[in-house]
Amino acid sequence: MLYREAGQFKTTYAADQQIFPIRQDRWAMVALLAVAFVVVPLAAGDYWLTAILIPFLIFALATIGLNILTGYAGQLSLGSAAFMAVGAVAAYNFELRVPGLPLLAGFLLGGLAAALVGVAFGLPSLRIKGFYLAVATLAAQFFIPWLLVKVGWFSNYSASGVISAQQMEILGYAFDTPAKKYLLVLAIVAVLALLAKNLVRSAVGRGWMAVRDMDVAAEVIGIPIVKAKLTAFAVSSFYCGVAGALYAYAYVGTVQPEDLNLDLSFRILFMVIIGGVGSILGSFLGAAFITLLPIFLEVGLNGLAQALSLELPPGTTSMLQLLAFGGLIIFFLIVEPQGLARLWQITKEKLRLWPFPH
Amino acid sequence: MSALPVPSRPVGEVILAVENIALAFGGVKALSDVSFDVRESEIRAIIGPNGAGKSSMLNVINGVYHPQQGQVRFKGEVRRRMDPHHAASQGIARTFQNIALFKGMSVLDNIMTGRNLKMRSTLLEQALWWGRSRREELEHREKVEHIIDFLQIEHIRKTPVGRLPYGLQKRVELARALAAEPVLLLLDEPMAGMNVEEKQDMCRFILDVNDEFGTTIVLIEHDMGVVMDISDRIVVLDYGRKIADGYPAEVRSNQAVIDAYLGVAH
Amino acid sequence: MSFFFEVLIGGLLAGVMYSLVALGFVLIYKASGVFNFAQGAMVFFAALTFVGLQERFGLPFWAAFVLALSVMVLVGIATERIVLRPLVNQPQISLFMATIGLAFFIEGLAQLIWGTEVRPLDLGLKDEPIESVLERLNMVISKFDLTAAAVAGVLVAVLAVFFNKTRIGRALRAVADDHQGALAVGIPLKQIWAIVWSAAGFVALVAGLMWGARNGVQFALTFVALKALPVLILGGFESIAGAIVGGLIIGAAEKLAEIFLAPKLGEWCQALFDVSLNLSGIEGWFAYVMALLFLLVRPEGLFGEKHIDRV
Repeated sequence: MLYREAGQFKTTYAADQQIFPIRQDRWAMVALLAVAFVVVPLAAGDYWLTAILIPFLIFALATIGLNILTGYAGQLSLGSAAFMAVGAVAAYNFELRVPGLPLLAGFLLGGLAAALVGVAFGLPSLRIKGFYLAVATLAAQFFIPWLLVKVGWFSNYSASGVISAQQMEILGYAFDTPAKKYLLVLAIVAVLALLAKNLVRSAVGRGWMAVRDMDVAAEVIGIPIVKAKLTAFAVSSFYCGVAGALYAYAYVGTVQPEDLNLDLSFRILFMVIIGGVGSILGSFLGAAFITLLPIFLEVGLNGLAQALSLELPPGTTSMLQLLAFGGLIIFFLIVEPQGLARLWQITKEKLRLWPFPH
Repeated sequence: MSALPVPSRPVGEVILAVENIALAFGGVKALSDVSFDVRESEIRAIIGPNGAGKSSMLNVINGVYHPQQGQVRFKGEVRRRMDPHHAASQGIARTFQNIALFKGMSVLDNIMTGRNLKMRSTLLEQALWWGRSRREELEHREKVEHIIDFLQIEHIRKTPVGRLPYGLQKRVELARALAAEPVLLLLDEPMAGMNVEEKQDMCRFILDVNDEFGTTIVLIEHDMGVVMDISDRIVVLDYGRKIADGYPAEVRSNQAVIDAYLGVAH
Repeated sequence: MSFFFEVLIGGLLAGVMYSLVALGFVLIYKASGVFNFAQGAMVFFAALTFVGLQERFGLPFWAAFVLALSVMVLVGIATERIVLRPLVNQPQISLFMATIGLAFFIEGLAQLIWGTEVRPLDLGLKDEPIESVLERLNMVISKFDLTAAAVAGVLVAVLAVFFNKTRIGRALRAVADDHQGALAVGIPLKQIWAIVWSAAGFVALVAGLMWGARNGVQFALTFVALKALPVLILGGFESIAGAIVGGLIIGAAEKLAEIFLAPKLGEWCQALFDVSLNLSGIEGWFAYVMALLFLLVRPEGLFGEKHIDRV
């Protein structure tokens, strides 16, 4: 009853092409942004901000990146964390060596560096497909962190191997509290998400999906396959690179390429699968799910153990996490391959009729 | 012998000529020394038994396969090796025997991909959804809507193509090919698997395309009724060789064709 | 010079260990067209189950072996029924991602059941140099490695005969090529798959025992599976011989690169750029880069079959 399109006629193509064509959706989005930008920083505690919301946003950004490559363009990649590492190290080096470089420019350059590396490792996609391509990206995932650690120049020859990211400052305004960091990350992620959404609904995005669905046909109708694939790698790696820079600057505070490893790449892939392949909204949903799941497991398990007066062996939660991740992936692939985003769509369709049954 | 029938639509000069095409896959000879031409605005059918090399011929014309011998002359330009992208930019569009639609996208998006070659905006412009990219999206959307109107598929424009019945999918594929505003349209069994009504609709669409836009059409089809009715001239292939080439009445009464393919009415 | 041979042979023998794991992949790929990313996890699970049975229930070697094998067969059949069958018509990429999920699941399950400590596995073989070789040729060649090579050789021979000479083997190949066609000629699909997964489970157990004895049964075992990928790319996904040859090449190349190439490159860097570069750890990625280059040049592998796509 509440959620209906009745009376909302689109009289122009422009109106039809909006991201949120239904009025209720637009209001909901405005409300969500208001809560995110205004209410959360005031109401949420430091723990929530630093341990949950900031990583959620950063991983959502990386997931958007991987979704562009794997979900929209159909190029399977197990190397997203490696590109994050490139972004982090590049941003650090630019900030270090270019005096007075604005922070945002540093992030941007980090992303561009990651994009270049992404294109280089994306070249094999011109000749190989499917899980063979996954192997190529595995090469990236093993080689890049090794290189970033080996070549001392990247870490400024730091003896301890731990490099602290610089303080974040824009025009003299320091982002030192969790709330300020959160707002900065939120702003960057929101803008980049909008750009991504625009990309996937225009010619570039259609080209990607065409390559994913049937690249022979795509070539025949004139879509430049090489350009489409390499652009997908470039844009995807850019997003992962910026996410990596944010990871270093706004989340952990240090630049450690070894942390951005295969395990994280798998995690991001899981976020894509669970959230919904080929969906920007899905990227957020998947990232939220995977970020929150360990916490729920931990809390739930401890609560259960206490209630039953059981003593759990150490590492149980992390083992359960593996079980849960693996099981959920299989579940989603079988039951709803289009992930949480599709479940959300189905809910909305049901909402249109609610409270009527049909 | 009666006088040869005159084609009813005004037909122009030769726009496509394939000359001595030989194509082989490993040891299998798909095409041997095939030559024929196609005139502007005509409807040319390629017929023959299964495995005769008809689809391979279309693939050669639009550059998906590269013949070992022979050449293709299109709009005066000669080429032996061409890639599909170049063919598309030259104005050749096609449909496929097994539907080659992008199953993950809606009907509208599928047809919009047909206009990809005509879009000029850059990556950044598209990311910002502003200025030239915004204008282009609207312009091309309008063109695509004309085609949707023409083929009467308005009611399914937002449906993902994977969910459509076979006949409608074929129509969407035709729409996507038309979206490119092609000079030469290659149709690979556009009526396969359709019932009588759907075939009539498809026939009508093909004739309309030819009438309104003057598009040259090369058509592979098994339904002889359709072929004899709508084509101006016919090429007959058998085991990769051309065994007949001419007007429908000639081909129909050609003994070699009857033996290889048509058979006699009992 | 003898040092070179020592490293080479050591590498080849290490490669044999990779081949053991790769064999499991090939079996399943040959019979069902699925690339089972979870094979490494299965190796781990098999080894852990074996050791756990010995530890917790004090079972002798053969009892533990048989029980562990039965468990692996069950795991295989369960996988086929629960994970693969529902996904039968999905694109290959979905199946691959499902096996990634399966890998995580099995890893978690294994450690939940048997615990997370590293355990030694005693097969009665020592990782010692063979005295006669050490004395005469001054080379260190481990008894263990040699035995592993022999085991692998026997396994490969058995599997090769099985696939190429027996009726069941032929049926397996038919199933891999075309499920519907195999059904049409009366091949009992479900039984075939049960056989394949059992065989893969057996191979996983053998591989697990060998690896466990060498390095101890620990979580890192699952990463061995990742190394199997380059092995298969070099050898071809469908070829048993390829798994062996690929494994040998990867094993040898890795070791040679680490011991000889890395210092050489370091020297060049110093000479050309006056930059001192310590290139150790090249082992970690060398196999993958090799596989990558191979993919660009010969994607079907040394022994694999070329695929032609019809439009």
